[in-house]
Parts: sequence; C-alpha cells; structure tokens
Amino acid sequence: MTALIDYGAGNTRSVGNALDRLGAAWMLTADLDELASADRVILPGVGAAASAMAALRERGLVDWLRATRQPLLGVCLGLQLLYEHSEESNTACLGLLPGTVRRFPDAGVPVPHMGWNTLRLTAPTAFLDETMDGAHAYFVHTYAAPVGPETRATCHYADLTFSAVIERDNIVATQFHPEKSAGVGATILQNFLTR
Amino acid sequence: MLARRIIPCLDVCDGRTVKGVNFVGLRDAGDPVELAVRYAAEGADELVFLDITATVEKRQTVTDLALRVGRALDIPFTVGGGIGSVEDAASVLGAGADKVAVNSSAVARPVLIRELAEAFGSQAVVLSVDAKSNGDGWTVMTHGGRTDTGRDALDWIAEAQDAGAGEVLLTSVDADGTQTGFDTALLAAARPRVRVPLIASGGAGAPGHFAEVFAANLADAALAASLFHYGTLAIPDLKAILAAQSIPVRPC
Repeated sequence: MTALIDYGAGNTRSVGNALDRLGAAWMLTADLDELASADRVILPGVGAAASAMAALRERGLVDWLRATRQPLLGVCLGLQLLYEHSEESNTACLGLLPGTVRRFPDAGVPVPHMGWNTLRLTAPTAFLDETMDGAHAYFVHTYAAPVGPETRATCHYADLTFSAVIERDNIVATQFHPEKSAGVGATILQNFLTR
Repeated sequence: MLARRIIPCLDVCDGRTVKGVNFVGLRDAGDPVELAVRYAAEGADELVFLDITATVEKRQTVTDLALRVGRALDIPFTVGGGIGSVEDAASVLGAGADKVAVNSSAVARPVLIRELAEAFGSQAVVLSVDAKSNGDGWTVMTHGGRTDTGRDALDWIAEAQDAGAGEVLLTSVDADGTQTGFDTALLAAARPRVRVPLIASGGAGAPGHFAEVFAANLADAALAASLFHYGTLAIPDLKAILAAQSIPVRPC
C-alpha cells in the first residue's frame, strides 16, 4: 500500500491518477498510524512553501517526515521541502537535506520554468535508467534546489543547474512531475513502487 | 534544454468536442478523452480544453471532463471557458487539471487573477487574451472575439501578470482561422512585456509557421486546433521538421 500524504497539495489527484494507471493500491491520508503502516509514502506538492510547511506542521507531519525510515518520494514542492530552507517567503523547511532552495535568477527567460526539459544523469540510482539521460520531463517551478552529493540527475534553466532528482537513504525526490511526464514519469513511479 | 511546446486545443460543449475531427481510427471522434489520449500518444506536450457549454450544469460537465481527462492523460492539461470564480477553478483543478485559463471573466473582474493566483499559485493561472489589431496597436476582445473592450491588449497582459498570471495564451483574432501563420507582429510586440511563458495562438497552417515563431523566440509554446484536428498536420511530422531546424522539441 502506498500512502499519499494528504496536506492540501495541488497535484494530489494527479499523482493518484498516475498510481491508478500503474495499478497501484494507494490511500490518501494524514493519519500518522496509517502512514506508518504504508509500504511507502509520497509527498506531493504544488503550491507555496510557507503554506505547505504550515499544513504539514498542523497535521503533526513535520517530525514524522524527519523521523520516518519508510521509502519516501517527494514530488516538485515535495522535493524542495526536504531542504533546510527556501527563499520562497523565507521559509524554514524539513532540513533532511542541506542547503537552500533559491529562486531562478533573472536571466531574461520566462519564470516559472514551465515545460519539458532534459535530464542529465549525474550518479547511478535504481530510480533512473541510462536511457533517461537526455530524456524530457515536465517541470513547473519558480524555485530550485542546489546540486549536492544527493543529486542523481540535474536540469538546466535560466543560467542555473539544479537538482532534478535526488536520493538519500530512504528518500528520493523529483523536481519535475512524474505524474505528468508521460512514459519517463511512469517508469520512475514504477521504480519507486517496486523498490 | 527546455523544449518548445506544441499544444492542440479542443473545443468542448456538454462534454463533447465541437469541431469536426478527421482522425483515422478514432472510435468516437466526439469524445474529448479519446482524442486527448490520441494527441498525447502522438507527442503533444500539453492540451488545452476550451469549454463552451452554456447551460446551468456547466460547472458539473466541465468538472466531469477534467476528471475523465485526468484519469486518462499523463501530460499536463489546461481547462478554460467560463471560469469566473475561485470555486469554479477549485472544481476543475481538484478534478486533475493542471491549469485554468481565464479570459472574459478576468477582463470583467481583474481581481479574479489575483484570487486564483493566491488560491492555487501562479503556475495554475493562464491569462487567455484575444487581441485584435486597431491600426496602431491591439485591443482586447472578449466573448469569443465578438466584443471589443477597447482596452489595450499589451497593457492588459502587463496588468494581469502583475496580478499573478503565470502564463499568457495570446490569440490573434485577426489571424485565427486563416491558417496563414501566427501574428508575428502581435507576438513581437507582446514578447518584451511578458515575463512568464507565452503561448502563440491563431493562424497556424503549416510547419513553417511554428518554425518562424520559435526561431525568432516569439513564444515558448504554440497552440493550434483545426490544423491538427483535420489531420492536415500530424504532431510527429511537425516536431521532426522543427528538430531538423535545430528548434528544441521533445521527441515523440
């Protein structure tokens, strides 16, 4: 059973739809016992960092997320929240990964970064296969996470190279939306489901 | 590298596609979901559904459409047409749509843009503008291009952006339906004033029209309807032609 964390994220339905297409059983919950009983947990995310952190805190999920050893997949804002800090409304985040999520610099290109951009695989991981190097995934975001030892794939936009996929211990996360990234996204979700 | 997006647009009324669709092998050419899946499989980067249902059941029919599309589709999609409130948008976005497009309702009540951006984030709010040339500029048309508001289109785009619109879908009323090419004069005038992604719309009739817009960086994405629906141009062929001209596209 996969648990989809229920904290008001905008893409919850879409992630659920993607799990349905893969035939995966899932539940939408913010109940700590139900989350603890799940085989794996997904932290979706569309919205603003500050209100997302407030919603997690209200539900007692901040400490739970920091402590859990269950396989955890963060999507989009669900990746950004893993870091120490976000420049978006100067928000303290979960602090599971070091560093600050920053706004795209003014590089004369449109922001948000919206559309299909290419992945660069930078370190091996079970969640990505080699054919995904150079493959396109669907991104929509205004803030981006730094590249570090946890980075498994990068993307480049607005003069900035940022983390597109990260992995550390029980955590994997994508800045792009696997639920909206056609076959590439489905493969990554399937890899998470069979972990 | 960020790919230029190709976006088919489907007009929908009471849950059925409006314009005739000339696709070989469709079981039901009037089913927007089947058509959407077909476009996604062909390599469409996103889809836009423009709902023109005019009945009191409108919100329910458009929400049902978003639900059915969301279950079937693994690429992003936008729903527009009659979104006039946060509640309208919540219904459609909650059903699985990625973005809502607002047009006449935002012109009538500009604060709608800010309300939507605050509720759902700018990335979910597309400003759809129908612009018509008046000789020395462009004015905003509403109600499907029938009403001339007299407002300057570029000023309206700037205002809506400041209010929180996260993308601009700019349709040339003059070029729409002509299949003689996108309105490059309008796009060139608008582009410097748009900080968010810009979608060119109206006038697409051949691959060269897309290439012209992208090569000159006049838009991040291009939208077309009839050209794709009638089978005049298939998306894989269009993308192959663009790729051959070194325009970044997502391979089909």
